[in-house]
Amino acid sequence: MADALPAHPRTIIDKIWDSHVITEQNGETLLYVDRHLLHDGSFHAFDGLKAEGRRVLRPAQALATPDHYVPTTGRRHGIPVADYRNLVEGLVANTAASGITHFGMDDPRQGIVHIVGPEQGFTQPGIVLVCGDSHTSTHGALGALAFGIGASEVKHVLATQSIWQRRPKTMRIAVEGRLPEGLGGKDVILAIIGQISAAGASGHAVEYCGPAIRALSMEGRLTVCNMSIEAGARAGLIAPDDTTFAYLAGRPYAPVGKAWDAALAHWRSLPTDAGATYDRSVTIDVSGLAPMVTWGTSPEDAAPIDGRVPDPSAIADAARRESKIRALEYMGLKPGTPLSEIEVDRVFIGSCTNGRIEDLRVAAAIARGRKARVPTLVVPGSGLVRQQAEAEGLDRIFADAGFEWREPGCSMCLGTNGDTIAAGMRAASTSNRNFEGRQGKGGRTHLMSPAMAAAAAVTGRFTDFRRLGPS
Amino acid sequence: MDKFETLTAVAVPLKVANCDTDRIIPARFLKTRRSEGFGRHLFCDVRYDASGAPRHDFPLNRPAYADAKILVADANFGCGSSREAAVYALHDAGFRAVIAPSFGDIFFNNCFKNGMLPIVLPAEEVAAIRAALTENPGTPLTIDLENQTVTRGNQVWSFAVDPQRKQCLLEGLDDINLTLQHRSAIDRFEAQYRAERAWVE
Repeated sequence: MADALPAHPRTIIDKIWDSHVITEQNGETLLYVDRHLLHDGSFHAFDGLKAEGRRVLRPAQALATPDHYVPTTGRRHGIPVADYRNLVEGLVANTAASGITHFGMDDPRQGIVHIVGPEQGFTQPGIVLVCGDSHTSTHGALGALAFGIGASEVKHVLATQSIWQRRPKTMRIAVEGRLPEGLGGKDVILAIIGQISAAGASGHAVEYCGPAIRALSMEGRLTVCNMSIEAGARAGLIAPDDTTFAYLAGRPYAPVGKAWDAALAHWRSLPTDAGATYDRSVTIDVSGLAPMVTWGTSPEDAAPIDGRVPDPSAIADAARRESKIRALEYMGLKPGTPLSEIEVDRVFIGSCTNGRIEDLRVAAAIARGRKARVPTLVVPGSGLVRQQAEAEGLDRIFADAGFEWREPGCSMCLGTNGDTIAAGMRAASTSNRNFEGRQGKGGRTHLMSPAMAAAAAVTGRFTDFRRLGPS
Repeated sequence: MDKFETLTAVAVPLKVANCDTDRIIPARFLKTRRSEGFGRHLFCDVRYDASGAPRHDFPLNRPAYADAKILVADANFGCGSSREAAVYALHDAGFRAVIAPSFGDIFFNNCFKNGMLPIVLPAEEVAAIRAALTENPGTPLTIDLENQTVTRGNQVWSFAVDPQRKQCLLEGLDDINLTLQHRSAIDRFEAQYRAERAWVE
C-alpha cells in the first residue's frame, strides 16, 4: 500500500530548517546550530569573545583543526613564519581554554575542516552545521544544512549555539542522464555553474537531485556541494540515501547501536516529500559531457576541454562583455584558442574540493608510469587521507612521476600558508576559485578535476585525460 | 558597534560585476589582527601597481573620491570567500555603505555586524547612480536608514531592509546581547531537541 501523501509536502531544506527554529522575530529566525567547525583563521571570533568577556556555550558541539596556515612540507621543524605559527598556536590555546576538541598539526586527524568533518562522521544528515569558511556548503553532501559564516557570526555561534537567519528560497537542480565514464563531481558542478552563472543560485539553498547525483560516490557529492557557493548559493545539499549511510557507518562521531537505528529512522524521513515545491528549478543533462576546464576569472567561465576560449565580443550585455574581456587579458588568453593548446606552469592537486582519497586515486592512475612536465603539488585533504594514500602506495606513484607529495592543508588553493604561484604563472588546479590573484598575486588559475590536473601535469598542457596514450 | 542613522558622503562608483572578496582583500592579508587595521589593504592588488604606486585608473585613487564613504558597486558584490576582513577593509578605509544590485550572501550578513549598510537597488537604478557619479565625481549621496531612502539632489530611491537588522544598525546593538535575551528559549529548544535526537550531541 502506498503511503498517503503528507498534507503539507516539504523539501528537505524546509524539514531541516523547521526542526531548528528556536524563535522568530521581525522576519528573522533564530536557528539552532548542531555543529560548528573551527580553524586557524577563526581567531577574530575568539579575540572578540575574549574582549567581550564571553564564554563558549557548547564546546562539545564544536571541532577545530588548523588548515589555512599550516605548512605542507618540513612540518617536523615547526612553522617557520611567526605570523602563521601564532595563528596555529592561537587555535591550540583558544580551544584548550574553552574545552573544544582540537586535532593539532601532529595529529593524523588534522586536515582541511571540510575534509575532516565528513571523515569523522561529525557531519551528519539533518543537522545545521556552520563554519567560518564559505566552502562549508561541502557538508550538504551528507544531507546537512551547512553554510559558511563570517567571523562575527562565528563569535555569535560560539556564545549562543544559534544564528539569526532569513529563510532561504529553495532551488532544485536536477542532474539528469548518465555521466560519461571517468568524469566526476567536479565536471558536474563546473557544468552547472557554467549554465546558471556565478550568481545563479544567489539567495537560495539548493537541493541537487536526479540520477547523475544519485550515481555519484560520497566524494563526488562532496565536490559538487563544495562549489555551491561559487554559484552564489547559501547552501547546497543532497538528500541522504544508502550511499550516505554506508559512508557514515563506523566513523568516530557516527552513532552506534540503538542510537544508529534511531538516527537512521530520522535520516530516512529527511528526503523531499512528493509534491513539495521549490522557488526555482533547473535541469541539466550530463550525458555526453566532456571534462570541464575554466578559462576565465570566475568559476562560471567553464567550458568542455574540446572547446575553445570564447570570444567575449559576441556577448550582447556590455557590462558582461567588458568583464570577460578583462578576464581574458588577466589570463593572457586569446579568443578562439583551443583549450587543449593551453600550456601550464604549475599543477595543484588538493583542497576541500578535491583532496579526498578518491581524488588522489584518480590522479595516481594518470600519474602511474608517466612523468611530470611541470612542478606538481599533491596535497592530501587530511592526515587520514594521507595515511590511506600511503597504505595504497599512491605516494610512491606520485614520487616516481615527479609529483611532490605534501602534508595536509588548504595550501595552494588560496596560498595563506605561503604555497603560492608567481605572477604570470598558469596553474591547473583542482581547487574551487579562479579569481584574480587567488593562488598568488598575478597568478592564473584554471579549475578542473583531479584527472584533468594530473593529465596537465604529465603533458604540460590541458589534455583530455581519456586521450592520453599508454603510459 | 557604530550606529548608522543618516549618512551624507561622497560616493564612488565601481563598475565591476562579481567583485569577489579576494579582490576586496587578498588572502595574504587575512592574518592581520583586527586592531592593526585593514584599510590600507582594500582592493590592494587592483589599486596599486607593481611598484606600490596608486593606479590612476582605479576610481578610489581619484582625488574627487578621497573622502568617499559610500561605494556604488555592481552585481554580486562581495561574492566568494566568507572573509569578514573584506568588510573590515572597507570599514577601515572609511566606507559605511555599499549600494549594489545584489551581494554575496555572507558578505551581506557580515556588513551588518560592522555598522556597514549594504543596500540592494534594481540594476538600472544602480547603473543610473553610477553614471551620475561618473559625470560629476565627488558629488554626495544621502542615505537615510530610518526612512530607507538614498537621495542625490532631487532624486530619491527607496530600499528595503530587514526590520531587525535595521534596528541593530540604528541603535548600534550587539546581536549577541539581543540573542541572549532569548536564552531561556534556546535552553528549552535544546532540551527537547536532545530528547528527540540523542545521537547528535
